[in-house]
Amino acid sequence: MTVAPWLVLAVGNPSRGDDALGPLLLDRLRGEGWGDAADVELLTDFQLQVEHALDLRGRRGVLFVDAARPGTAAQAALTRIAADDRLPPASHALRPQAVLHVAARIDGAAPPAWVLAIEGRSFALGSDLSAPARRHLAQALPLALAWLRRRRAPVGTSTVFG
Amino acid sequence: METAAQPEGLRRVAIDPISRVEGHGKVTLLLDAQHRVQQARLHIVEFRGFESFIVGRPYWEVPVMVQRLCGICPVSHHLAASKAIDVALGIGAIPRTAEVVRRLMHYGQIMQSHALHFFHLSSPDLLFGFDSEVTRRNIVGVAAAYPDIARQGVLLRKFGQEVIRLTAGKRVHGTGSVPGGVNRHLTAEERDLLAAQVPQMLDWCEQAVGLAASLYAQNPSLYDQFGTLRSSWLSIVRPDGALDLYDGVLRARDADGRTLLDGADVQGYIGLIEERTKPWTYLKFPYLRALGPDTGWYRVGPLARVQNCDFIPSPRAEARRQQFLAKGPVHATLAYHWARMIEMLHAMEVIAGLLAEPALVDGNLAAPTPADRPARRAGVGVIEAPRGTLIHSYTLGDDDLVTACNLIVSTTHNNQAMNESVRAVAREYFDGREVTEGLLNHIEVAIRAYDPCLSCATHALGSMPLELNLVGADGMLRDRVLRHGDGRFERAAGMAGE
Repeated sequence: MTVAPWLVLAVGNPSRGDDALGPLLLDRLRGEGWGDAADVELLTDFQLQVEHALDLRGRRGVLFVDAARPGTAAQAALTRIAADDRLPPASHALRPQAVLHVAARIDGAAPPAWVLAIEGRSFALGSDLSAPARRHLAQALPLALAWLRRRRAPVGTSTVFG
Repeated sequence: METAAQPEGLRRVAIDPISRVEGHGKVTLLLDAQHRVQQARLHIVEFRGFESFIVGRPYWEVPVMVQRLCGICPVSHHLAASKAIDVALGIGAIPRTAEVVRRLMHYGQIMQSHALHFFHLSSPDLLFGFDSEVTRRNIVGVAAAYPDIARQGVLLRKFGQEVIRLTAGKRVHGTGSVPGGVNRHLTAEERDLLAAQVPQMLDWCEQAVGLAASLYAQNPSLYDQFGTLRSSWLSIVRPDGALDLYDGVLRARDADGRTLLDGADVQGYIGLIEERTKPWTYLKFPYLRALGPDTGWYRVGPLARVQNCDFIPSPRAEARRQQFLAKGPVHATLAYHWARMIEMLHAMEVIAGLLAEPALVDGNLAAPTPADRPARRAGVGVIEAPRGTLIHSYTLGDDDLVTACNLIVSTTHNNQAMNESVRAVAREYFDGREVTEGLLNHIEVAIRAYDPCLSCATHALGSMPLELNLVGADGMLRDRVLRHGDGRFERAAGMAGE
């Protein structure tokens, strides 16, 4: 079975306030028609786990989308990441860098990957999206769209995100 | 117990938060002037608000919404809520197809959750040792040093997730279980896809039990004494005493195996289990009413279940259980890992059997809701979640909205036991010694054995640094050490190590 070359993997709990930023960004992408694109797959989950390494198989590029606590990312930030084995134990969940590392260990290589971090403020169960998070979500959407369009651009054209 | 006789003159060491358990927890140790541990507390600092999240919602939304309580075992909440709503609506029995699909979903959840805990969270401690370099003690380190084990863990997880996806209808936020039954069969192709993987998965599960047993055998003195305590056990069992993780009656046994209660209808749980609060934590402390709060606390989860049942109704897991209990009752906290792998093997055997059931691909999906409403629309759903007994209780109003809700999650049942294990480990490893990261991890190892889920499901980037505070009896901060998210360690400026 072939997989779409580009993967957008959004992470977050829709019922935990600003933790919903990742899934909401994915909804916005669907609203822009990217849910129907044959060369792009949009996935969402509560948390990143070890088995997500298997979702990276056969991809040419992966964009992780996640909420970020204040101080971790300013508003919305797109960053190229690499597999990282200097990770401490932290929660049941993995960071995107650790997912890449697991993928590299079990498959020999991991695809190029980026993180789109969207700053949140409130993560309480049952709370709504905060006003700052709404603004940051709006700022994140063009970054995600640019990333997707850049993936489709012919090789040799200008690089925006490296 | 967790309260020192003379708290004045004690110093406080806080570990905040605990790594590799969900959410935000904090451990406080009160040391006396001679550095002896006098007090140990596991704090839960986040208010969960589960009940207020549910009350006021229409009952048909509840099985779906409760999945958002926990990012680790959403299926357990999905099914416990479904079972409770069935009772509240007066639905006496669900069709065989619904029973088979729900059970398959549940055992898929058990299998993938146990795989995550053992391969991802605990095997790094067990394979590398508790004092080893912190950056190795995670799944990344395991993947580097034991690539086959890491790969098996990932693929076992993936199989369990596939079972969930095919039975729940979606990878996350599934809707497969509905009041009265389920909303889909498996297709023959889906069933065959899973069945083709069964022999390999069974083999890996069997190997995992062997690994857990061999780790125990390599260092029995450590395993037998580390955080060990004698406790009572609580779980549901099948009415004939067999292990059953989906449905059954309540049974409790004391530390010597004597029966405290048996055959109890879960609908009457409130008459058997009481919860008390303490001012320093949001997590309640359940206990058996008949014994009272001081002696009525108990443990739940794999170690409780494999000893509370009379037998496991699947041959390979039962053979492993017999080996596990060969020397009598097991109270070692680290034995949770071994018991967890026995259950994972059992779950895989159950999955294999359910995949062979014709009802999985054909038959009525759901029982109709009775036209006559029960006089009191209330129901309790109890299920053995990966971490232990999970209780959902709901009352519905005439307008079909939830008017009352009570949840007792597995981690709450184990609250007292986790405190006791922390104290036992702290007494063993912290008395009169310097507080180092490796030593602190011993406490985390004891807590992790219970696989607790402290607040569930937020994980945002930037969370979960590890902080250690040393506070004097005068309230002054004496020392503060941070382990950052990228693995760096830092002592706060102006602070001196012990």
